[in-house]
Amino acid sequence: MAPTVALAGNPNAGKTTLFNELTGSRQHVGNYPGVTVEKKEGTYVRDGFRLHIVDLPGTYSLTAYSLEEVVARDFLVNQKPEVVINIVDASNLERNLYLAVQFLEMGIPICIALNMIDVAKKRGIKVNDAKLSALLGVPVIPTIARSGQGKKELMDSAFEIINHNKQLNPLKISYGADIDPVLAEMEKEIADNHFLTDTYKARWIALKYIENDEQIRSLGRQTDADLSGRLEEQVRKVSRHLQNTLDTYPEAVIADQRYGYINSILKQGVIYHKYDRNRLYSSDRIDKVLTNRFLGPLIMLAVIAGLYHFTFTYSKLPVEWLESFFGWLGSTLTAVLPEGLLQSLIVSGIIDGVGGVLGFVPLIMFMFFGIAILEDSGYLARVAFMLDRIFRIFGLHGSSVMAFIVSGGIAGGCAVPGVMATRTLKSPRERLATLLTVPFMNCGAKLPVFALLIATFFARYEALIMFLITLGAWAGALLVAKLLRVTVIRGSATPFVMELPPYRMPTFKGLAIHTWERTWQYIKKAGTVILGLSIVLWAMMTFPGLPESTLAEFEKQRQLEISRVPPAIASELKSAGDKTELSVPAYHLKQSLRRINAAEAEAGLRYSIAGRIGGALETVSQWAGFDWRTNIALVGGFAAKEVVVSTLGTAYSLGEVDPEQAGSLSATLARDPGWSPLLAIGLIVFTMFYSPCFVSVICITRESGSWKWGAFAMAFNTLLAFILAVIIFQVGSALEIMVN
Amino acid sequence: MRINMRKMLDNQSGTIASVKVGGELGRRIRDMGLVPGTEVKVWGRAPLYDPVALRVMGATLTLRNNEADYIEVEVD
Repeated sequence: MAPTVALAGNPNAGKTTLFNELTGSRQHVGNYPGVTVEKKEGTYVRDGFRLHIVDLPGTYSLTAYSLEEVVARDFLVNQKPEVVINIVDASNLERNLYLAVQFLEMGIPICIALNMIDVAKKRGIKVNDAKLSALLGVPVIPTIARSGQGKKELMDSAFEIINHNKQLNPLKISYGADIDPVLAEMEKEIADNHFLTDTYKARWIALKYIENDEQIRSLGRQTDADLSGRLEEQVRKVSRHLQNTLDTYPEAVIADQRYGYINSILKQGVIYHKYDRNRLYSSDRIDKVLTNRFLGPLIMLAVIAGLYHFTFTYSKLPVEWLESFFGWLGSTLTAVLPEGLLQSLIVSGIIDGVGGVLGFVPLIMFMFFGIAILEDSGYLARVAFMLDRIFRIFGLHGSSVMAFIVSGGIAGGCAVPGVMATRTLKSPRERLATLLTVPFMNCGAKLPVFALLIATFFARYEALIMFLITLGAWAGALLVAKLLRVTVIRGSATPFVMELPPYRMPTFKGLAIHTWERTWQYIKKAGTVILGLSIVLWAMMTFPGLPESTLAEFEKQRQLEISRVPPAIASELKSAGDKTELSVPAYHLKQSLRRINAAEAEAGLRYSIAGRIGGALETVSQWAGFDWRTNIALVGGFAAKEVVVSTLGTAYSLGEVDPEQAGSLSATLARDPGWSPLLAIGLIVFTMFYSPCFVSVICITRESGSWKWGAFAMAFNTLLAFILAVIIFQVGSALEIMVN
Repeated sequence: MRINMRKMLDNQSGTIASVKVGGELGRRIRDMGLVPGTEVKVWGRAPLYDPVALRVMGATLTLRNNEADYIEVEVD
């Protein structure tokens, strides 16, 4: 097997750029087992020699608080990569070396890529790499990842470490008079008892105990509860002492000493600053405008609207191409395949289902491309910075806003890319709350449903109602987020402490790779599950078929209509194409045959499993005023929300209704005494809040890492929507508001 | 004069005197380089005056006001 090289470093140090530079297209993205942290792997080939490259998640530290840190540390300990390349931002050396020191403490063989030396140079920072290398005792190679400069030298030194199988002695820093003696004592006790020493070094285990590292402690308790207890007691003692004498914590002292060590190295002529370190650079001048108290929010609105416009306008054409391709495929197969169940399965089940999913692909690609630009350029961090105060009230994070906007925060988005956009959120609880609430936004597929109901019952107030619907979706989503954060996703806010990286021009290669890998994951995972579910939904609306006697009854009615007219008229209709001008009697015959077919479709739907479910649900749904027709339509809406309109059409015997031209359905609803403006409001609210469509559910499942959350979204949202619809219908009926 | 970081004015500089918080927040603060002895400068605030942005060792960091509460700064 090829030797493994792990890339590690702070976020924004250029890790991913270097990874792309080293592996090119020979890479793939997966997940670390059991968690949603992305695992990027690739192959570096030179002179027929291959290296397996793993891009570890970006971290500032190696304690085990965040998921990224646990993943990175576990990988280093369990997979034992032959060498770790630590990418360090030369313009930010002091802070970046904090992670390097922790690698050295672990005794992991590293070589340092002193990255972005061009940026450092521009900022008047000179780093003596030879001196740094001598003082740290590891190779230090200056690089510019964006242009590939230094790549060869870096890999030379990695090869050298691999070939010589160099072992590194763990770095021993003094942590001060209070901690050092305890550390030495604990180290001895650990070594004497061979406590976890198969995996870790004794001093490092002692250090982690003092640092309050929960992961190591619980591992210790499982291995030897007795010894672990003794070690914890020693730590408690030194903690109390530090608390009483210096009013500080052991982990704070250790961090201070690490920075002290870094400073002592840098002061030996390693780094030279030509200017004041905190002077302003062009990036800061941009920020003075982009995060300005007044201009900032305005520009942000414009950028968000721009992203939205870009995603949904420019993806329209390719989406239409795909739709017409699947339309063409469907009608071609309809013509080729014999009429019957197989045809219906392939055309209505598989092609409509899978086509519906693949139809999202251009949308997702455009959205990810847009977000990648905002993310890679550094603007997304500013958006989080500006909006955090508002989103925090609801237990969310400033970065949540993108996901909400993309999902339909401005009516007409889509929850699928919205759920996937939560990947830019690094705080686990806030991320979960965001991805569970973004489906409340008004996606493009809900719009035909609203349009139908508004046109039927509130034609005069169209704009006002649409505005209220948008507002209602935001209010609902934010309040539910708050509710979730104080109940099922309880927990204090994840610290906001983060870096605003300098603005950088994104590289096209980086953007392309970013976009493609996320899109491909969607196609792969969503595609397979959705194929299965499409077939299930199709079967539910098809089986059991109407009994023979009923079918014969409809056939008899058709024959009766045909026999009523002269044979010439019947044959005229038979031979006529779609666009042929018909004579008046032939047209009448066509209309009556259509009515019979539609009635047959209605009966068939009523008789199917879905119809029976709809009927059975009536006992409950009557509280909200929904009859079986609405119920089936809503069940169908689980496949995709726009199906609500077409299914209502079938249920009202109108045959297939094009969601874009639902005029006749609108007229039918307006005439139907069972419908009222009140019921329409209830249905609008229900449609806004009930279960996300199944593509979204699958994305929620994938992104949250558990079926539990997918199921939760379906059950909770439906229950919430139903309660709201019942309240509206019952209160409205009691007060006799808008009942006719 | 030693003051709470929340009370610092825009463009005011100082040196961190103490960070009195443990746990996840304390660790995050220290990981980002906010330890006693570090020079900081308030660079600006978000439109709603929270979070605050700081210049630290040549980089820009942000933290919420209720997180800055744990940091004491010796200002010039």
